[in-house]
Formats: sequence, C-alpha cells, structure tokens
Amino acid sequence: MKFLIGFICAAIMAVAATPVAAEYADVVLNRRAEKGGVRPVVFPHWFHRIRFQCRVCHDELGFKMRVGSNEITMNEISDGKFCGACHNGEIAWSADRCDLCHSGKPGLPTGIFGGHETSGPGRW
Amino acid sequence: MLCCGGPACAQSEWMPLRKDGIHDPKGPAINQLQEPREALSKLPPDTTGNLVRWVEAIETGVIKPRASLRPGVQATILDQDILLGLKGGMPSILFPHKRHTEWLACVNCHEIPFKAQAGANKLSMFQILAGEQCGICHGAVSFPLTECFRCHSVVRPGQTKPVVPLGVPLSHGVPETK
Repeated sequence: MKFLIGFICAAIMAVAATPVAAEYADVVLNRRAEKGGVRPVVFPHWFHRIRFQCRVCHDELGFKMRVGSNEITMNEISDGKFCGACHNGEIAWSADRCDLCHSGKPGLPTGIFGGHETSGPGRW
Repeated sequence: MLCCGGPACAQSEWMPLRKDGIHDPKGPAINQLQEPREALSKLPPDTTGNLVRWVEAIETGVIKPRASLRPGVQATILDQDILLGLKGGMPSILFPHKRHTEWLACVNCHEIPFKAQAGANKLSMFQILAGEQCGICHGAVSFPLTECFRCHSVVRPGQTKPVVPLGVPLSHGVPETK
C-alpha cells in the first residue's frame, strides 16, 4: 500500500514539476490548420468558462471531452455548428476573423497545455 | 505519507500570451486577445490551475456563465453528495453533485464514464492519473490532481489527520479532523 501511494505521489510530482507556460487547460488544435496554411488554433478554456458553463459546448454543441477526438472542419463552423454556434458575428467574432482563433505557434501538436496536465502512466 | 503541495505546485502569476509558448508572438492576434491576467486576477484566487477558484466564482455570482445558448433554458442542478473510497489509507472522497452540475450536464458523466449508481463504479487513481474517469477533467481543466484533499476530504473514524508538509498552504484543502 505504501509503495502504491509512493508511486502515485511520484507521478503527481513529476507532473507538477513540468514548467508552467500556457494557461491551465489551453487547447491547441492542429490536425488540419497548418496543412491548410494557417496557424494552429488556440482554445482558451479559461476565457470561455467565464461566459459559458461546460454543458453548453460539451452537451449542446457536441464537443467530446477529449482533445483530438472532435473532427471539426471550417465548413461545419461556417454552417453554425461547433465553434460556429457562437462565432457567427453575433455572440462572438465571426469565423472569417481567421487570425483571432488561428493564433498558435507554428509546429505545435494538438493537445491540452498548461502546467498540471495529466501526463500519467499512459505516457511514461 | 503526503504527496501534495510543494514549490513545484506553486505558480504565482499568469503568463502573458506572447510568452506562453503556444501563441505566436508575431501573429496579428497577440495584441487583440484578452490577457489571462486581465480576466483571472478579478476572480476568487487559488494556488493552482488557473489560480482561480472556479466553483466559488460561480456560486458567489462573480461570474454568471450561461447554461445554454437557447433562451430561458436553466441548468439542472442535483444537490446530492456521494461518499466514496471507504477503504484504504486516504480519507474518503466526498463527491458533490451540486458543484459538478453547476457546470456540467448529467450526460457528460453518465453513463460514460460513470454508471449512475453509487458503488457501481470501480475508481482507480492510476486510471485518473492517466486521464480517465475523474482525470478526464481533473488534471486538465478542473483543479489538478496535486490537490489530493479537495476530493479526499472526509477523515474516517480512527484515522489520524493528515500531516501538512511545511510550506504547503492550508488552502490546499487539508480536512479538519472530526
């Protein structure tokens, strides 16, 4: 039991020691962006959760709660689905303001960033 | 044995977007996007994550995030606590449905990854640390897994109060002995 707890503690400390740079829970999306000639998308959870409860995006709009598991195209967004439900020029800036979402550093992988990301046993 | 807290968990300030390592400092958005500090410094402070107590922020009305894009739709709140983890060395877990349903819809957790029946789910810290179960959110977007005693908050009869290591603020949620 002590060994188990120690192991878990070591895991937590290894995660916690990761240098903090991006804001906790920032998401980078780059499945298609750079292939399409634009910067990766940065999605800041902190900005959105001040304005919307989790349920709005993760229930009503259908975003699965796992980075990289949502296959979303700009066509769908322009049709008012996913990000486009708000990013339509009424609730938030419209989808033709490309650079505001596609604001990431080139070369970044899709993933969730921020200091306390669960890096867990699955990635050791 | 304790594992939480320590200087590695401490983060005292929000990083400007141009230095955060994920925004392109040469991009046109860098001067237009809101800086985290501008928004988050006005919310109830925390020692970890976004340095914000998000549950306190919503419960005190400091923020009023919308429950739906459809007008008039209210959040369904369930005020029910579940006591979990009655064995083992750590204090038991008090799972508050209320604080979760203030943000989340029932379908976000039920029936995947959790069956809606107390005792029917085999929880594992290994799974959670790997980003499954509670770790889908805790450690990614809600308070991180360094905050053991925010979940393991109920000291059982015969258990001694966990010892707080030097330098760890009490805000890390070490429970009171009953």
